[in-house]
Amino acid sequence: MRVSSERKLAGFKQGRNGPSNGMKLHEYQAKQVFADAGVPTPDSQLASDVDGVVTAAEEIGYPVAVKAQVQVGGRGKAGGIKLAEDEDEAREAAESILGMDLKGYHVDRVLVEEAVDFTDELYVGITMDRGEGKPVAMVSTKGGVNIEEVAEEDPDAIAREHIDPAFGMHPYQARKAVYDAGVDQSVARDVSSVLTTLYQLWDDKDGADAEINPLMVTSDDDVIAADAVMNIDEDALFRQPELAEMEEEAAGGDDLEQKADEYGFDYVRLEGNTGIIGNGAGLVMTTLDLVDYYGGEPANFLDVGGGAKADRIANALDMVFSDDNVESVVFNIFGGITRGDEVAKGINEALEQFDEIPKPVVVRLAGTNWEEGMEILNEDLVTVEQTLEDAVQRAVEYAEEVSE
Amino acid sequence: MSVLVDDDTRVVVQGITGGEGKFHAEQMMEYGTNVVAGAVPGKGGQEVSGVPVYDTVHEAVDEENADTSVIFVPPAFAGDAIFESLDSGLDLAVAITEGIPTQDMARVNKRLAETDTRLIGPNCPGLITPGEAKLGILPGNIFSEGNVGLVSRSGTLTYQVVDNLTNRGIGQTTAIGIGGDPIIGTDFVDALELFENDPDTDAIVMCGEIGGEDEEEAAAFIDENVDTPVAGFIAGRTAPPGKRMGHAGAIVSGSGTGTAESKISALNDAGVPVGDTPEEVADHIEEFLN
Repeated sequence: MRVSSERKLAGFKQGRNGPSNGMKLHEYQAKQVFADAGVPTPDSQLASDVDGVVTAAEEIGYPVAVKAQVQVGGRGKAGGIKLAEDEDEAREAAESILGMDLKGYHVDRVLVEEAVDFTDELYVGITMDRGEGKPVAMVSTKGGVNIEEVAEEDPDAIAREHIDPAFGMHPYQARKAVYDAGVDQSVARDVSSVLTTLYQLWDDKDGADAEINPLMVTSDDDVIAADAVMNIDEDALFRQPELAEMEEEAAGGDDLEQKADEYGFDYVRLEGNTGIIGNGAGLVMTTLDLVDYYGGEPANFLDVGGGAKADRIANALDMVFSDDNVESVVFNIFGGITRGDEVAKGINEALEQFDEIPKPVVVRLAGTNWEEGMEILNEDLVTVEQTLEDAVQRAVEYAEEVSE
Repeated sequence: MSVLVDDDTRVVVQGITGGEGKFHAEQMMEYGTNVVAGAVPGKGGQEVSGVPVYDTVHEAVDEENADTSVIFVPPAFAGDAIFESLDSGLDLAVAITEGIPTQDMARVNKRLAETDTRLIGPNCPGLITPGEAKLGILPGNIFSEGNVGLVSRSGTLTYQVVDNLTNRGIGQTTAIGIGGDPIIGTDFVDALELFENDPDTDAIVMCGEIGGEDEEEAAAFIDENVDTPVAGFIAGRTAPPGKRMGHAGAIVSGSGTGTAESKISALNDAGVPVGDTPEEVADHIEEFLN
């Protein structure tokens, strides 16, 4: 998900990286950011081997929680979080979690953390309400569970306060959200303070989402952030250099998605076998939908962006050919600022280097300079169709022939 | 007739000295758009393709009576450029720029409510009234004059659907690309209202996509307020939850909101047929017009 700031600054209309909803920090990174801002967090250390876990646990003091540092929800249920009362248990937890495959992500680091003895679990979060075009602060006494489920099943259990982005969050709004949620008076002041800090962070750091779930309440009426979520608006990374550096550390995903990052494509890998390349998110999505409509299965979403030149087009083909699942490719370009002649040059460039074309490629060119493109395109190497519908159907047929 | 833009529109191009700004200013003029000024800080006094450049949008308004701006400013500075256009009393600002930080747009959104200026975009291809003027980067040659209004969240999908219409000899009053970001100025409801009130628009195409709830709101609005027949298209039926499909706004959340099914059923409930393919959208429009 790397975004080069130069590219952001230079271009006004470019294909972008990042299939996810914002750049996600790891828990340990988000906790560091929160702790630096004054949010109470448990003592913790990052470890990447069993001895490291034990050493960290000794320093922090038992009991500790050993938590896999991967960006998936439901880590606890999947066995990615374990409690350890002593060295044997710490060793056991480390051995079982380090190296495990958690919902498709390899765990190579764990956070060893002071286990918090809590009486209550709350939820606090800030996100952008796109319908309102305003940030919204949320507080709930139903913390420690999937908040999206709470939102669906019991929406009134979450107090919401919309924030004027020009003024920021007024102190009364933090109090109001906390009281509206029914947080006990004994901790209301502390929870308001955490919420205020969270909004400040969200605002200063170009947050997409900032969440603490659970915010634990201890028997001494202290509050402490037992988990931390911080997602950053990728479009703002150019002015968040420290977070952009953390992103390098957080970068993950499978090899193909990393390759897409290098090429700077908007790319999402899917399960099917019909590869898809196009320009413009809406049209690429439509091409995926048509593959499905005509009985095929899309292998990916790949948007080359606006104004792609020949080398970028060639990279797109290389990208899709790198997916072993792909049996055929549909290349659909409707040129506005993208020119058909550049597209044709790129397709020739990519395919002429092969003695044998790896997978059949169906091309449909329309819009700016499509006639010039058709003159340039080497039709011995590809199948040409005139309409989107025909191109998709042909590619689906090719994929089916190979699968049979 | 048309909505928002015609051959009287007086355009200032913000960012006209940049590569894209210059190229598209020329393309707009070639199409017949009345580009009267450019605005680029530090470049006042220059000329680009015969168009005078001013340091500020306010000057372009004072000196050349510009009433509309088209913004080709890089994302880091585009929020500020939109503020400048809103504060200089223009009727319309069209932000083409992709990748403006969302928090900048939240502040712009707040200001929008306080001004009379309408914003189209950002992250949009702009808008065009065929045969009169275009604002933005749409390829003029695929459009033709006619009686169908078109509003879309996606640029190239707009071109695709227009192509399907034009191939059948069906032209457009105005086509508006409202943009693929989570926070935009003019939304579906605004555009539908404009087309409903335009006597020359006899049918409307609305191209939506996954993410957000704008299509659902549009469906409710159509049900209550729109007599002009509307045909719809929704992109992203096959998109998996939690994955952003290119556009910052095109994402089905983990809890399942913003899905294509929800949008399609809302539109169907409002009496809007939704095509499975762009070709089917053209079928519906042809039926409406016959």
